[in-house]
Amino acid sequence: MTSAPALSESSFALSIVLIALVPFAALGLALINTGLGRSRSAAHTMLTSLCVLAVAAITYLVFGFASQGTAGGPAHSLVIRGTAWNWIAAQPLFFRGLTYSDSTSLIACLQMLSVGLAAIIPLGSGSDRWRLGAICASSALFAGITYPVFAHWVWGGGWLSQIAHLGIGQGFLDCAGSGTVQVTGGLTALSIAWIIGPRRGKFSHDGMPTAIPGHNSVLVLVGCLIALVGWLALNSAGSLLFAGASSGRLGLVVINTLLAAFSGLLAALITTRIRFGKPDTSLSANGWVAGLVAISASCAFVVPATAIVIGAIAGILIPFAIDTFEFRLAIDDPGGSIAVHAVGGLWGLIAAGLFARVLGSQSGQMLAQVIGIATLLGFVFPLTYGLNWALDRIYPQRVAVEGERQGMDLHELGADAYPEFAIHTDEFIPR
Amino acid sequence: MKLAGLLMLVAGWLLIVATIVLLGASPMRGAFIAAGIAVEAIGLGILVRSHLVLRGEHG
Repeated sequence: MTSAPALSESSFALSIVLIALVPFAALGLALINTGLGRSRSAAHTMLTSLCVLAVAAITYLVFGFASQGTAGGPAHSLVIRGTAWNWIAAQPLFFRGLTYSDSTSLIACLQMLSVGLAAIIPLGSGSDRWRLGAICASSALFAGITYPVFAHWVWGGGWLSQIAHLGIGQGFLDCAGSGTVQVTGGLTALSIAWIIGPRRGKFSHDGMPTAIPGHNSVLVLVGCLIALVGWLALNSAGSLLFAGASSGRLGLVVINTLLAAFSGLLAALITTRIRFGKPDTSLSANGWVAGLVAISASCAFVVPATAIVIGAIAGILIPFAIDTFEFRLAIDDPGGSIAVHAVGGLWGLIAAGLFARVLGSQSGQMLAQVIGIATLLGFVFPLTYGLNWALDRIYPQRVAVEGERQGMDLHELGADAYPEFAIHTDEFIPR
Repeated sequence: MKLAGLLMLVAGWLLIVATIVLLGASPMRGAFIAAGIAVEAIGLGILVRSHLVLRGEHG
C-alpha cells in the first residue's frame, strides 16, 4: 500500500465500530493469562493488563506514532543506488500531524489498541513473578520503540513494503498483525521469560519441570470466546486500514477468522487426546488462540478451506511447541504466550506466503515473507531483548522471593483476588 | 555467549538488508538471503545453548 486508504462514509463508520470492538481481544488475552496463572496473582494479572493498555496507548501517542506514521506520510529515507529506502517516519509527537477527517486518524486509533494488545502478550510468560512497575516500564519501551519501528516498515510505507518494487511479491504481507502484533509480542515474551527466569519450584534440581496448573480453566475458556469477538474486529479493521482490502471482503475475513479458531481448537484437542489419552483444556484453548493468531496475516486473501488448514496446523503445532519450550529449552511460560503468539504468528506469516492470493504478481511472495520473518528474528528480537535487559539492570524486573511466596496480589496490591480462599500449597519445599 | 548469539542474529539480518539494497533483482540475491538466514539460525542456536548452560549453572 503506497498511501493511507480513502474510505467512503459507510466504511469510515464501520471502521469506528470495528475499532471499538478490538479491546475484546485484549480482555480475552487478559482472562486467559489470569486463568493460566496462580490464584494468588489473579488480581495482579488483570490490573497489569489494564495498566499495559494504558501505558502502551499513551506512550504510542507521545513517541510511537511519530516514528511509525502512515503510508505516504512524512518519513526519513536513505537513497542507495537510486532507490529511496524509507526507514522511519517523521511525524510530529503527540499525534499533532493527524487530520481527523480521513483514514489516518482511524489507523492511529487502531494502532493505539494493537500496540496495547501486543504489549499484553508478555504478561503470560512473566506471570506470577514480574513486577508491576517493571511491566509498565517494559510496555513503554515496547510501545515507544520496538513496535512502531517494525510497524512502520510493514504498514507505514517502510522498506518491507517497498521490496515489492524489486519484484519480491507484493512486499511483506501481514493483513492484521500475525507478525507486527503477535510475533513482536511473542518475542518480547521470550525475552522476559529468559531475563526474569522461571518461577521458583518450576524446575527441580535435575532440571525436570514440575506441573503448575492454571487456577481457573473456566476463565481461560471464556477468555477464548471473548478474544474471538476482538479478533473478528481486529482482522476486519486491519484488512480495511492496513492491507487496503475493500469492505466487500469483510465477509471472507469474518468466515476465515472463525474457521481458523475452530480448526485450531479441534486440532489441538485431537492432538492432546492422541498424545495424553484425554483432551487437555489449556492446550486446546491455546490452539484456539493460535488459530486466530495464524490467520491474521492472510485473513483477507485466502479461501475458507485454506483458513481451516492454517488454523489446524497452528493447533497441531502448539502442544509440541509448548512441550519443547518447557522440557527441552527449560523456559517457564505459564500462559503459553511464546508458543501461541511467536510460533503461531511465524506459521501464519509462512502460510501467507504459501496460500495468499493478492491482486498482482504472486511471484516471490514467499521470499517477501522470509525477509519479514528474518527481520523479526534478526532485528526485533535483539532489540526487545536488549531493551528489557538494560531495563533489568536499572530496575530489577523480578519480584523478591518473599513476594513470589506471598503471591503478587498480596505483595504488590495488598489484597488477594479471592480473599475467602487462602489455601496455598508451598512450592518452596526443595524437591 | 548470549551476546554472541544476539550479534549473530543482527549480523544475519544486516546481510539480508544489504543484499536487498545493494543487489536489487540480481540472480545472486537468493543465495545471499539464504546465507543471512543461515547466520541467523546459528545465532538462535547459540542463544538457546547459552540459556541452557546458564540454567545448568544456576539450577
